[in-house]
Amino acid sequence: MTDLAHIRNFSIVAHIDHGKSTLADRLIQETKTVADRDMKAQMLDSMDIERERGITIKAQTVRLEYEADDGQNYILNLIDTPGHVDFAYEVSRSMRAVEGSLLVVDSTQGVEAQTLANVYQAIDADHEIVPVLNKIDLPAADCDRVAEQIEDVIGIDASGAIQVSAKTGIGIHEVLEAIVAHLPAPRGTLDAPLKAMLVDSWYDPYLGVVVLVRIMDGKLRKGDRIRMMQTGAVYPVDRVGVFRPGMIPVDELTPGEIGFITASIKQVRDTKVGDTITTEKKGCETPLPGFKPSVPVVFCGLFPVDSNEFEDLRDAIEKLALNDASFSHEMETSAALGFGFRCGFLGLLHLEVIRDRLEREYDIDLITTAPSVVYHIHMKDGETRELHNPADMPDPSHVESIDEPRIKATILVPDEFLGDVLKLCQDRRGIQLDLTYAGSRAMVVYDLPLNEVVFDFYDRLKSVTKGYASFDYQLTGYRADNLVKMQILVNDEPVDALSTMVHRDRAEMRGRAMVEKLKDLIPRHMFKIPIQAAIGGKVIARETLSALRKDVTAKCYGGDATRKKKLLEKQKAGKKKMRQFGKVDIPQEAFISALKLDG
Amino acid sequence: MLEDWRLGGFGLYIHWPFCESKCPYCDFNSHVSRSINQEAWRNAFLTALEHYARETPDRVLNSVYFGGGTPSLMDANVVGSVLEALPGHWALANDLEITLEANPSSVEAARFDEYRSIGVNRISLGIQALNDPDLKRLGRLHTASAALNALEIARSSFERVNFDLIYARQDQSLEAWREELQRALSFAPTHLSLYQLTIEQGTAFGDLFDRGKLPGLPEEDLAADMYDATQELCEAAGLPAYEVSNHARLGQESRHNLTYWRGGDYVGIGPGAHGRVTVGGHRYATVGTPSPNDWLKEVASGASGEMQRDRLSPEDHLGEYLMMGLRTNEGVDLARIENISRKPIKHNKIKDLIDIGMLEMSSGTLRVTRRGRAVLNSVTTALLPD
Ligand SMILES: Nc1nc2c(ncn2[C@@H]2O[C@H](COP(=O)(O)OP(=O)(O)OP(=O)(O)O)[C@@H](O)[C@H]2O)c(=O)[nH]1
Ligand SMILES: C[S@@+](CC[C@H](N)C(=O)[O-])C[C@H]1O[C@@H](n2cnc3c(N)ncnc32)[C@H](O)[C@@H]1O
Ligand code: SF4
Ligand SMILES: [Mg+2]
Repeated sequence: MTDLAHIRNFSIVAHIDHGKSTLADRLIQETKTVADRDMKAQMLDSMDIERERGITIKAQTVRLEYEADDGQNYILNLIDTPGHVDFAYEVSRSMRAVEGSLLVVDSTQGVEAQTLANVYQAIDADHEIVPVLNKIDLPAADCDRVAEQIEDVIGIDASGAIQVSAKTGIGIHEVLEAIVAHLPAPRGTLDAPLKAMLVDSWYDPYLGVVVLVRIMDGKLRKGDRIRMMQTGAVYPVDRVGVFRPGMIPVDELTPGEIGFITASIKQVRDTKVGDTITTEKKGCETPLPGFKPSVPVVFCGLFPVDSNEFEDLRDAIEKLALNDASFSHEMETSAALGFGFRCGFLGLLHLEVIRDRLEREYDIDLITTAPSVVYHIHMKDGETRELHNPADMPDPSHVESIDEPRIKATILVPDEFLGDVLKLCQDRRGIQLDLTYAGSRAMVVYDLPLNEVVFDFYDRLKSVTKGYASFDYQLTGYRADNLVKMQILVNDEPVDALSTMVHRDRAEMRGRAMVEKLKDLIPRHMFKIPIQAAIGGKVIARETLSALRKDVTAKCYGGDATRKKKLLEKQKAGKKKMRQFGKVDIPQEAFISALKLDG
Repeated sequence: MLEDWRLGGFGLYIHWPFCESKCPYCDFNSHVSRSINQEAWRNAFLTALEHYARETPDRVLNSVYFGGGTPSLMDANVVGSVLEALPGHWALANDLEITLEANPSSVEAARFDEYRSIGVNRISLGIQALNDPDLKRLGRLHTASAALNALEIARSSFERVNFDLIYARQDQSLEAWREELQRALSFAPTHLSLYQLTIEQGTAFGDLFDRGKLPGLPEEDLAADMYDATQELCEAAGLPAYEVSNHARLGQESRHNLTYWRGGDYVGIGPGAHGRVTVGGHRYATVGTPSPNDWLKEVASGASGEMQRDRLSPEDHLGEYLMMGLRTNEGVDLARIENISRKPIKHNKIKDLIDIGMLEMSSGTLRVTRRGRAVLNSVTTALLPD
């Protein structure tokens, strides 16, 4: 076993793009965990979608072996975390498995909204925090100012902040030494019954369900019969190993260590992140406190474009859910779309990532219905209902009032863009709570309705501030407002999948924006198509998509019917990516895109 | 039961794969070659002809079409040898139509008489445009006056002359096209093929287009206006469309092309040539080896020169019949449809399309309306079997 004094476990946390994954690369390289020739940039971002978008989505663990300047060998378990606000749950969960955090701050940018959010989480998890100022190779780096900012805004000591360039490798050795010197060793008892934290799990096509564990007490070996304390499921362990970053088998995992097990787990439901794993017999008595459950805030329906693929979708969703505890799903049926799932997400990016992964990793084309937040409907008879899907909105004459979720949003923005940000928040029905300055940056705090923020606020914020603002939010509660259900009628037929809840005062504006968007999104048909937004039968906005006039490629093909046929088949295949509502084909991406406001 | 092809007729297509130069818009199987051994080609055509004739005995041949490429580069004796061989293979229709595609240069026009004397009875001239700057942009080697000259010569030798124009060209206005078409109609043609410029992948234009360097092509509305104007002017001149892009005086329709559109059989001979032949109760799609040299070698060594032969499923056959048949004024025959494929056709779709004015049905025949013809791809796609 590795003695506890020679283990350090830590997460790398930061605002998005401040260089966590690149720093992880350097730590991996400096400790020779991976040969130089096998290195690639952000090597822990292994999913296609992570590499394409250049962001981390899933936290990743690596075990490093490091001979410190004191001549002793240490085991360092690193967890690289995502920075985007939608994946905050991934960060908080990771933090529960480790004792310290490297707080990376881009020395050209300074403290941003997720820097703050992550620090508070780290403090909450009782972490020792080592500040790291990154990107000092850039001319715009200003370490003194940023260190000062960390002390002012966050209130932690930044005198020991390490200056690094994760790109060039400056300061990496110092980071490793600081990990050994400043982060606490884990605690735990080898002779106690097994107590392990189920940190994460995912489905691997070759190995089946893989479970990431942190051992608190006792030991875990191949062949042990383990029990998941919450679900009660019992399995014999097939494999035990660690990530370097590939999966390497080991004989056992002992207290303080982080590694994986596989156990031919059939039921993906048997592995719940946050659960405690112990041995089947003579197990530990009290489970670990577990993780705070994540609360999905955006809901939408996911339906297979081809209704024959429903079972495939079910299977895929269950496998993905295993890998993503913050994603919820339950079966749903819709008159127009057939069988599908109502799914909950932590934000729109999260939704888009899950949808992309389902489409790519499981090869299923999906219709995503218009996303919605959860409303509380107070009925006249005193009953209160949760509304996840605007299509289920009860008859307004039975409704007393509707509450909507509100958030506290924290925005950091350079002074020059403050006016634009205030206007944006005001337009979105925000109430200003606070406005303070840290140097030339303003920190504004707003109370905002979640449904005005979730779909496109972040994109709008980035565009009005040229990318200089950062944003974080927490749910604060529910409040009643003048909300109504807006329907969209395409070719005079209501399309439930496009129904949304809107504030009455914003309904015309939203309705107009949606019908205009849809006019661009729906391809021309052989007939003209009215597109209308309506509230309770009253049309509030209308556009007409004119009929297709000409499509024929009237060239002579001689006897070559084959070629023309291929062309038409391609056209037909294109239609299959759409779903028919009445007589109109609506493209699958329309339902989300229609909700993103341009102005 | 009557084999379906008999309702469409039987034709022969001969592909000549060579041109003087390659036009930037063209994706036909055409090649520029310095030396062409006409003798070798003649022998190869004759050999391939024998091969297909054996498969299709006891038929009456309605039409022959020499297409390309530029068949007016064929020596007249090569064309003549092919024609001479025909009676040995099939019974010939009394009114056998024999068309040859020609480019309108003076060199080629000089051969028209010869072609006439060996039996060609219809000429199709690729004039494409009536002004020199546009001809140049289309990469054509001839001038407008040379083309009109060739047209004159053709008309003096042949009773039946067609010419092709390409419209919806770069920077062409509706007015300019109307004038150009009026001028074309003023020559009192009996047949006109009026094609909208199509940008094809793998051509010089396709390449430019992909790189955003082919400006001035019409948007959908202008293209639609041009198409509408084309219908209007041609109708007024007594040359109504009998197919999406083809206009003729009554009775002057191209019989060979009608065979394609009516779902008839046709033997396709030559590099990359397509054929449809019904053998032993099954309809096959054939494609010749595309490379001229390879095709020539294969045939010379006793092979058929055929690269591919696919048996069409009833659905494929139906799809083709709909796709081709709806192009014409005649439309498609519901009884034939049922006969080709047992799968029920999409009656609800047909009804929808009739309701929105794209299709019309009368006495068992389904036709596109004028509006429907402009969006024929969409109409056909909606009807194709899933
Ligand atoms: N010049 C310079 N660029 C850096 C440095 N560290 C990271 N970058 C660049 O910053 C960008 C973001 O780096 P990542 O490592 O992906 O950032 P991250 O914090 O992991 O981002 P998320 O996981 O999406 O939150 C990349 O383009 C890196 O190449 C550095 O020290 N210097
Ligand atoms: C088989 S082609 C060749 C005939 C002859 N070689 C010529 O070019 O005159 C027959 C006709 O198709 C038309 N055509 C060829 N390519 C085209 C394109 N890309 N778009 C529209 N029409 C085209 C031209 O009008 C051409 O005359
Ligand atoms: S358009 Fe005619 S002449 Fe031009 S390359 Fe094609 S076949 Fe040859
Ligand atoms: Mg990252």
